[in-house]
Amino acid sequence: MSADNQLTRAQRDDLRTIAAMIVPASDEYKVPGADDPAIQADMLATLGRDAKLVAAALDHLARLAGRPFAELDAARRDAVAQEFRSSGGAAAATLVRVVLQCYYRDDRVLRSLGLELRAPFPKGYVLPEGDWSLLDPVKARAGTLRRAP
Amino acid sequence: MKDPVDVLIIGAGASGAAVAWSLAETKMHILCLEQGGWMNPAEYPSTGRDWEAKFYAEWSSSPNVRGRPEDYPINDDNSPIKVVNYNAVGGSTVMYTAHWPRLHPSDFKVRTLDGVAEDWPIDYDALTPFFEENDRMMGTSGLSGDPLSPLTHPPMPPQPMGLSGAIIGKAMNKLGWHWWPSDTTVATMDYEGRARCINLGHCTPACAQGAKSSTDITYWPHAVRAGVELRTHCRVREITTDENGMASGVVYYDKDGVEQFQPAHVVIIACNGVGTPRLLLNSASNRFPNGLANSSGLVGKNLMFHPYAQIYGYVKEPTDSNRAPPTCLWSKEWYDTDLSRGFVRGYGVQFVRGAGPVFEAVVSEQKGILPWGADHHRIFRKLNGHRLGFSAICEDLPEEHNRVTLDPVLKDGHGIPAPRIDYTISENSRKMMEHALARGREILETAGASDICVNSPIPWGGWHLLGTARMGTDPERSVVNEWGRSHDVKNLFIVDGSIFVTSGGVNPTSTIQALALYIADQMKQRLSNLFD
Repeated sequence: MSADNQLTRAQRDDLRTIAAMIVPASDEYKVPGADDPAIQADMLATLGRDAKLVAAALDHLARLAGRPFAELDAARRDAVAQEFRSSGGAAAATLVRVVLQCYYRDDRVLRSLGLELRAPFPKGYVLPEGDWSLLDPVKARAGTLRRAP
Repeated sequence: MKDPVDVLIIGAGASGAAVAWSLAETKMHILCLEQGGWMNPAEYPSTGRDWEAKFYAEWSSSPNVRGRPEDYPINDDNSPIKVVNYNAVGGSTVMYTAHWPRLHPSDFKVRTLDGVAEDWPIDYDALTPFFEENDRMMGTSGLSGDPLSPLTHPPMPPQPMGLSGAIIGKAMNKLGWHWWPSDTTVATMDYEGRARCINLGHCTPACAQGAKSSTDITYWPHAVRAGVELRTHCRVREITTDENGMASGVVYYDKDGVEQFQPAHVVIIACNGVGTPRLLLNSASNRFPNGLANSSGLVGKNLMFHPYAQIYGYVKEPTDSNRAPPTCLWSKEWYDTDLSRGFVRGYGVQFVRGAGPVFEAVVSEQKGILPWGADHHRIFRKLNGHRLGFSAICEDLPEEHNRVTLDPVLKDGHGIPAPRIDYTISENSRKMMEHALARGREILETAGASDICVNSPIPWGGWHLLGTARMGTDPERSVVNEWGRSHDVKNLFIVDGSIFVTSGGVNPTSTIQALALYIADQMKQRLSNLFD
């Protein structure tokens, strides 16, 4: 089954709508919202084992809304979203996690955070050695290992 | 029928690898059956841009979440601490923090010193040469001379202090409390064919560089070269016995799922504190109706986890976040008993450098400190790359009601009953955790941290699986004797964490492996009368 087929059109609309409420676009930080088409496409393409719980979360969202969530006005959406987060359990937590894990690997977002656009391997990172003289007070204080009989 | 082997080891993790390597010099025919396979570092999370997302799926520390064919399910619904492990050549050393303290000498004498639990039948000195041997084989880094830890001689220097370590060190100095760079099994220089650490980040779920030692890249290559046969994707269902009550071999499912019988003269179990009692209980027979090696009734009982009390916060200056191995320093300030604290025994502390952006976002949203909406971006930038953590590893005392049994319903992919965990955190542990959280808060506040959050216990923190087939001299109060041999079945040995009598307040892998080497040494010394 293709990723797009894992969610209905209505569910995809609702996912996009709530994703924008979780992480909206920001001119100040020059980042897209989580409803950005590329980020949404990443979510749909990588739902994998989360698909069932995300679909369940979106069904729960629609039930709370009484109609497609995306069709609610802003005030009603806020109220439903709050209820969704407090009552949605593991399914809602999974949906939020899917939104965030795709958002925080988007190139534009990582660039805005000052992070490199790469996997950790093979370059790795450089860690400052630090000032080991900080240990001097510990050495001076010493202490005794508790002895066993 | 297959030819019998001299020694059959079940499990290729921390202890199975060590015992296989040590026994290899006897030139006996040694076979190890492992339910997982060899790992491929090219597939480790840090090789991909989606490395953090993998922690929530195929690289979760929970076998129930991972659900790989190599894993077995665990019913831990009745436990506030969930079991985490890994099943492969290397076992859970593939997926561990590489934090490398040892049990202290006092940990072996808790009854004598503090009037609780029971003393071990061996002492620290009996293990000293094996700690040293194991440190050389695994390749440790650290700084010798910690005044509050047993003396170690790491062959490599400690990990850099980094940004996080310096902030913690300064705070601890202000408070006048002990801290020290952790001994780790992360190679800080090229060592025995392994490349040095290049700070790939959160190395708990496997190291693509090979700098973090797991037994698939330390003990196993040596053991295989020395002639040990390692058969992968073979899951043992039960240990069989003969008419004399001796272990005769094992029934297992091979990589094609076909049932096989492998006869053996000696069987060694190295399946950890959950897998080992599961196997013993599933090996019940007419002669051993309550499970194999279980005349004491203690197989599966006295499960100890180490409840983790974790507290973390956010400082203004940048921390190492995900750009380094997760742990860097430890403290033994509260390791030993001080009854004025309101509890007996104590805890070790490991300080945590930080987190990656996805983990930070997901966890902070769950904690309610990262909002939805317009302010999300401002708050996230305040949190991300600024986290410092404190985790107390609280000594868990043995209690028989904390136990592993066979689940009557849940089964693994081969139809073998899954383990069921029943566990509660004791009042003593709760007081210890509260004490630790208060100290952690003082440290974080001294470091200037805000937005302080607590995980107590860490729910998916059941890394350390101990005590469920403990050692002792009294067959009525222990499962194996003081050198790892079953009291009931004289050619059956256990070498994993299930033989721990008490848990101490430190990560146990170093001690588990030292015990495995010690037992192997005892076996080699007694080859002519091993079954007497």
